[in-house]
Order: sequence, then C-alpha cells, then structure tokens
Amino acid sequence: MWQFLTDSYNWSGNEGIWARIVEHLWYTFAALGLSVLIGLPIGLRIGHTRRGAFLAINTGNAARALPSLGLLMLAVLLTDQIGFLPVLIALVALGIPPILASTYAGLSGVDPATIDAARGMGMTGREILTKVEIPIGLPLIISGIRSATLQIVSTATIAALVSLGGLGRYVIDGLKLRDFPQMFTGALLVALMALLLDALFALIGRITVSPGLKTG
Amino acid sequence: MTWIGDNLGLIWEQLREHLYLAILPVILGLIISVPLGYVATRYAWLANPLIAFGGILYSLPSIALFIVLPAILGTKVLSEVNIVVALTIYTVSLLIRNVIDGLRSVPPDVRQSAIAVGYGSMHRLVAIDLPIAVPVIFTGLRVVTVANISMVSVGAVIGIGGLGELFTLGFQKAFLTPVVVGVVLSLALALLADFVLVTLQRVLTPWTRVVAPVGEVA
Repeated sequence: MWQFLTDSYNWSGNEGIWARIVEHLWYTFAALGLSVLIGLPIGLRIGHTRRGAFLAINTGNAARALPSLGLLMLAVLLTDQIGFLPVLIALVALGIPPILASTYAGLSGVDPATIDAARGMGMTGREILTKVEIPIGLPLIISGIRSATLQIVSTATIAALVSLGGLGRYVIDGLKLRDFPQMFTGALLVALMALLLDALFALIGRITVSPGLKTG
Repeated sequence: MTWIGDNLGLIWEQLREHLYLAILPVILGLIISVPLGYVATRYAWLANPLIAFGGILYSLPSIALFIVLPAILGTKVLSEVNIVVALTIYTVSLLIRNVIDGLRSVPPDVRQSAIAVGYGSMHRLVAIDLPIAVPVIFTGLRVVTVANISMVSVGAVIGIGGLGELFTLGFQKAFLTPVVVGVVLSLALALLADFVLVTLQRVLTPWTRVVAPVGEVA
C-alpha cells in the first residue's frame, strides 16, 4: 500500500488520487448542500411552530434503518440512468433526515420560559427564531449536519459502483482486479476524509456557538 | 412479482444471513461494553478518553472498515468475520457511552444503601447498578441495532451482505424487484428488532411502568 501511495504517478492526472479526492469532496458537498437546503428549513419550521413534530422525530429514527446501498440501486433503477443524478438523490435522501431531526430537536429543546421572555420583550416570531431559537439550538443543528456529512462521505464511496469517480473507485476497481493495496488505499483515504470533516465540524461548532451557552 | 415466488429460497437465505450478521455483533458488543463501561466508572479518568475514542471509531466509514480489517486480522476479504468484527467495533464504540452514562445515573444514596445492606461490588453491579442503567443502555442498543441492520448491506459491495446481495443482483440485471424486496425486508427487520428491544426493556424494567404518571407515554 505504501508503494501505491508514494508512487507519484498515482497522484497526478485525471484519475490520480488528488482528482479522486476532489471528486469525492464535490459529491459530498453537493449532496450536503442540498440536504441542508431542504432539511434545515423544514426542521426550523417544525421546531418553531411545533407542528408536525411526530414527522420530525420519526423520520430521524426511520432513516437510520435505510440501507444506503439499496437506496442507491433504487435511485439508479428508478431514474433509469447511471451517473451523478441517482447518486445525488440517494445521498440527499440519507442526508436530510439527520439534519431535519436534529434541527427540530435543537429548537424544541429551548426552554419555553426563554421564548416567553423573548415574546414579552416584544420580539416577533421571526426575531425569536433567528435571535433566540437558532442560537440556542445551534449545537444540535450542527451535530445533525455533522452526522449527515459522515453518512454522505462514507456512502459516496459506493458511487463508484455506478461508474462515478471519487475515492470509491480505488475500492471497487481494486476489488475487481484483486489489487488489495489499491483497495486499502481507497478505504484509508475515505476514513481519513471522514475524520477530517468530522474535526472540521467540531471546530465550526466551537467557533459559532455563543459563548453564553458554553458554561458548565 | 413472479420473481419473488421463484426466489423465496434465496430471499429467505439472505434474510437469515442478514439477521445473523447484524445481531451477533450487537450481542458481542454488549458483552464487551458492559465490563469496559464498568471499569471506566471505577477508574473515572478512563471514561472520557474511552468515549472520545469511541466517537472516532464510529465515524469511520463502514466500507473502509470492511476492507481494512482483513489486513489487520489476517482474514480473507470475503470472510464473514470482517463484517462481524467491524459491526462489533461500531457497537462497542457507540454503546460504551451509554453504558458509562447509565452506570453513572445510579443515585449515590441507592448505591450506599446497597453497600449498607451488605452487597458486594459484583452483586451490586448485577442486582442494582445494571438494572437501573437499563433504560440508558437500551437507548444506545436500539440505535446501534437499527444502524447495524442497515450497514450489513454495504458488505454486499465486497460480496457478503445478506439482503444487500439482492441490491447488487437487481442492479446487475437492471431489475427493480430484488432491490425493492431487499429495502423493504431490511426496513422491516430494523423495525421488528427495535420492537423486540422496546418490549425487552419493558420486561426488564417493570418499575418504570408503575412510576410513570397516567397518560404519559414513556
């Protein structure tokens, strides 16, 4: 494996390691962006109005049971095409539920007395949402995006099964060729990417969460 | 639909393998986590590093673990052992936090009463601490069981994956039915396993039903 990693030939070009890393990151952030765009507003709405809480709680639970590989295959067969679209659909389907559920949980965990106080001070619903509920719920909102990211990074690996690129290529091609050093390289790089992104979100959480919430 | 009828044997076989590959790691993981969690509550400095390490392990992508493990264990890539060990690692890394939190949730006065009436430390762990920790441990157990059931199918990428093999089969033949059957059965299995755990928890903690106020759904 060391040989595979240190061979400069493997790092350059359209099918080099750098190119695969960029592809993998692109799938991840495209899917993550879409998941946030869809999951966050719904979660905020349910958390703010408390209507549809049942839905928010149960999608979070049910999504853990969704088999990612099956979802991907289903998306390929239903869209009847092989390529980025089915992969994006499958990844977004896995990304939305944790974001939606944690956003709801973050907002619903805000002490009702705090919201009453904000209303008593004359804040409008929108102000309560943006100045009280979101800042207080932020740690949970970020942790939801964080678990969505992990889920998406690791699932993006199997995108190579439907002839896309990304780090999964090494895993899938290596498996077909019985080239185990190549497989290990791919697997290790994915694991590394997951750990780095996880650390990144931990950092974002530390920076963005109000210092007033960090006591204790 | 005729595909289902013609392949009942195959479906049943994959379902059986799926269940085995998902549940055995949960049992092994529980057997490892409880003593580990107990040690971590006795030597408190161990607890936080253990929980943090578990968090890191849990963030490793399953496919990466399935592939790297054979190199570490010396097993063949196409061995069921890899899946079982990988999922056991996930189980322990997630459950360890719940075991520690659960054991910590035992009220000090309850513990002191137990010591006062003469319980030894082992007896106290089994008869007092663990039963009180059951709800917290079961919360983790439910998460990890459902997650394991969905993760097993990823193993199909490397050739062993229970119902996941129906996904690759359907994909190769561009045929929707096996994929739908696999997804539905996988979801059903997760739902059923969760139901069994909830029921088991109720049986193990009869007192929670007495304490809960009328009308409150636990």
